[in-house]
Amino acid sequence: MKLSNGFSIGQFVPGESFVHSLDPRCKITALFILLAIPFAAEKPLDFIPAVFCLYVISAASHIRFTKLLRSGRPVLFLIAFTAALNLFWTPGHEVARLGPLRITSEGVTLAFCMSLRIYCLVMMAAALMVTTSPMDFAGGAERLMSPMAVVKFPVSEIAMMMTIALRFIPTLFEESERIMKAQISRGADFESGGLVKRARAYIPILAPLFIQVFTRADCLATAMESRCYVPGAQRTKLNPLIWTSRDTAAMACVVASVVCSLVWNRYIYRLAALLCQGSLF
Amino acid sequence: MEQSPVFFIQGAGYSYKGASVSAIESVNLSVTSGEWVALLGTNGSGKSTLAKMMNALLPPMRGVCFAMGMDTSAPELAASIRQNVALVFQNPDDQIVASIVEEDVAFGPENLGLPSEAIRARVERALQLTGLSEMRRRGSYSLSGGQKQRLALAGALAMEPKALILDESTSMLDPEGRASFLNCLRELNTRGITIIQITHRMEEVVHASRVVIMEAGKVAWDGSPDSFWEEKCAEFGFDTPQELELLRSLRAGGFVPAGTKPVVNDLLEALCL
Repeated sequence: MKLSNGFSIGQFVPGESFVHSLDPRCKITALFILLAIPFAAEKPLDFIPAVFCLYVISAASHIRFTKLLRSGRPVLFLIAFTAALNLFWTPGHEVARLGPLRITSEGVTLAFCMSLRIYCLVMMAAALMVTTSPMDFAGGAERLMSPMAVVKFPVSEIAMMMTIALRFIPTLFEESERIMKAQISRGADFESGGLVKRARAYIPILAPLFIQVFTRADCLATAMESRCYVPGAQRTKLNPLIWTSRDTAAMACVVASVVCSLVWNRYIYRLAALLCQGSLF
Repeated sequence: MEQSPVFFIQGAGYSYKGASVSAIESVNLSVTSGEWVALLGTNGSGKSTLAKMMNALLPPMRGVCFAMGMDTSAPELAASIRQNVALVFQNPDDQIVASIVEEDVAFGPENLGLPSEAIRARVERALQLTGLSEMRRRGSYSLSGGQKQRLALAGALAMEPKALILDESTSMLDPEGRASFLNCLRELNTRGITIIQITHRMEEVVHASRVVIMEAGKVAWDGSPDSFWEEKCAEFGFDTPQELELLRSLRAGGFVPAGTKPVVNDLLEALCL
């Protein structure tokens, strides 16, 4: 039984691609701009630009599209839950009935769009994390948040916390797997029984995992202190962030993509309707 | 001219909060530059507490502890002490901060506020010394146990310390990883770096120029490796490494000259193999 499956959301994959080489500030800002595409999408066809953008990002970052697709696995439960809520509780024209629950055509569209929206958000976030080292990500976030330091917001401490949290994701997965294997060797069963039984089987993992996490945090704090880390103190960088013309070009492409997708959303259904009527030509 | 000690500890004591007994008590120790001190003792004998005190992580509650002539109880000197005295812990996973090898090595120099070029030069030197240059862009999570420990050592070396304290840093390594790590330490020691090595493995003690044994928070014995092997090894219940047994047999037969260390490579060299 394996928790991480060799790839988890937030795990950086080193590389030399175009996207890898971009300034983290550019990538973080681009992510927030690109999020406008799935948020603006209201009908299934509106998601085509978002999927196209994700495909272009995966090609430009040399990360397989299927790998990005897999990054959505951890939120499948959330997606299923949201889809169910929208499917059964959206008022409108009834198309089917499941016992006391009504399924409406509006509900089907909304559930589909909401699921796709969440999946696109997760994939876009994964594309950022896979191509940006936690240190670079924290550096970029720190610079973007730097105006908040004026109001005494602990920008550098937050950035360091993000770095460490991201660095320890694979370690915590390994730790959980080790504890699970130790429990399995002592007769624990995580794979049979219903949902409640399985959930209960995970409880004995949580106590040792929490203890390990706190022990690790204590050791790491000591190790960081011994390497002269002082919270809030001015630090320099091995690779200082430099905004280049390729970052400007990438940002321009992102803005153009968002504008194109909004135009697409506005005209695609009119175009589709015209095609269906055969009156386009 | 007498050399000033790298570490000067006199009457040092430390008790953890809520503990009924002191972790260390009345410790006297003086270590000079270039020494390789093997710090031995059972679990709970105070070795790690002493190591943390030498790195200014724990201030002495009683007595004094000076590192490179600086008082470790003075908080304003802590950063200077830690620049000169690096500490490598037992588990590399607990001390690797960054996800990329070179970024982790750069963590210490970045904290010192050095310019990027100086950080790059230090990272380069540390990676070369530890044989990790080829892996500089790899993810730290993808390294083997031995490579991770060498990364932890590289992170310490990037501070360009004059003394290195190793707190059971080889205990999680396989024999091959340990041999490579020890070779690296020998190289550093020949460059004049003082090494304090906390260990339970007697085959590592053969590299040391001095042995200190701790017992119940106190220095129970302090002397040369030769007198340790002859007089104290068995008395304190430590095993005798096979290399030493072999050296003794070869010495008895007059096959190796005096001064040969009980290290495999030295024995092979002495036997002209």
